[in-house]
Amino acid sequence: MNWQLFLDSLGPIARDGLTGSVPLALISFALGLAIALCVALMRISRRRVVSGIARAYISVIRGTPLLVQLFVIFYGLPSVGVTINPWPSAVIAFSLNVGGYAAEVIRAAILSVPKGQWEAGYTIGMSRTLTLRRLILPQAARVSVPPLSNTFISLVKDTSLASLILVTELFRQAQQIAAFSQQFMVVYLAAALVYWVFCLVLSAGQVRIERRLDRYVAH
Amino acid sequence: MSPTDAPSAGPLLRAEGLQKSFGENHVLRSIDLAVGSGQVLALIGPSGSGKTTVLRCLNGLEQPDAGRVAFAGGPEVDFGPSTTRKEKESLRTRSAMVFQNYNLFPHMTVLQNVIEGPVRVQGRPRAEVVAEARALLARVGLEAKAEQYPHELSGGQQQRVGIVRALALKPSLLLFDEPTSALDPELVGDVLTVIKELASEGWTMVMVTHELAFAREVAHEVVFMDGGVVVERGHPDQVLRAPRAERTRQFVHRLLNPF
Repeated sequence: MNWQLFLDSLGPIARDGLTGSVPLALISFALGLAIALCVALMRISRRRVVSGIARAYISVIRGTPLLVQLFVIFYGLPSVGVTINPWPSAVIAFSLNVGGYAAEVIRAAILSVPKGQWEAGYTIGMSRTLTLRRLILPQAARVSVPPLSNTFISLVKDTSLASLILVTELFRQAQQIAAFSQQFMVVYLAAALVYWVFCLVLSAGQVRIERRLDRYVAH
Repeated sequence: MSPTDAPSAGPLLRAEGLQKSFGENHVLRSIDLAVGSGQVLALIGPSGSGKTTVLRCLNGLEQPDAGRVAFAGGPEVDFGPSTTRKEKESLRTRSAMVFQNYNLFPHMTVLQNVIEGPVRVQGRPRAEVVAEARALLARVGLEAKAEQYPHELSGGQQQRVGIVRALALKPSLLLFDEPTSALDPELVGDVLTVIKELASEGWTMVMVTHELAFAREVAHEVVFMDGGVVVERGHPDQVLRAPRAERTRQFVHRLLNPF
């Protein structure tokens, strides 16, 4: 085992992780959550057409590989005249993907809030929208933190796929060092270590958010 | 704290011919009710008799298949397939509901629970609403709990907050859905005391309850329901002490002598 190379490659790998993978994951997750909230609300709509669209979207996203979605956007769209750069392509693909998975999480969280909370909102004169915004979503937020954290941690690791559409990020840096040094084992273990540390930090963050939101649920 | 409506000649609330089915199950077959201003109406009956459904219809939480509900000075809501949501919601501007399970908002403090409706829905000035809310909380002995969250309170305290939340809306009618049935026995008294005080102040109320002794003391009229129909109605002393109908007699007897 070439420990010197292991230690030497940690630096560049972590740097591209912080400047490439982490922003990619954060921005995609934020956009993905916004998509997910819309899709979840459409999914619980009483209008058949609206919920049908949401259902189809979720089904397509969850029924196709993320790598294929990424390739359709980056390599496929140019053939119909839409060319998108690697980084925005990755953001679009990851956001849409998170949107599909997180939509189901948010929908389940909304449905987990007791019916009495809706009724209490209605009896104090609130509309459906106001009840949702002021009463249901804050309570659903707490319930959805653990599963959404899982989605986010998966996303951080999935950003490694962006290396396949030439985005400069953690894993692409590792591939370049490995190709140059021909020390595949050492360099890819270093990449694995950096991903692992990132995920440990995220898990710690999840615990803190859960504690902060704890007052949002009945005990 | 006093009811907003001055006593008037006609009843404050009138409901006629309320019908409601859930599938094959006819929960309400044709219910007529009238409550005069300042009066307390107690709805009693075995579980499944439809009494809670009546209450929920009066608040628009349940939509009757047919029937009419009207508040004095307000438009009559004629229920049917074409009833709009707006009509249904118009009932809620006149009445406020106290739930069996309190249904307080767990992510809000006691004070926030109370001011949410007046501030967000009625659009009243926050400072004024907060002052009123604190006064109401003080009345039920909970001024010290204003900044606490519902889960930090006992069941009896939570239900008193539920009552204050309803009062803060300044409704003309208070609806109580078995307000003490979820409480430990030793906590029931505190809640009943509050309701009794409200009654003596002249609040108009419709209450679904199993507390017969309480109903006899507080109610002006008792309505006994069974199988979706009103079996018997009248003065509490008559219905609860000398029921005319056999079904009423059995029900009252069973509640007073459970063993």
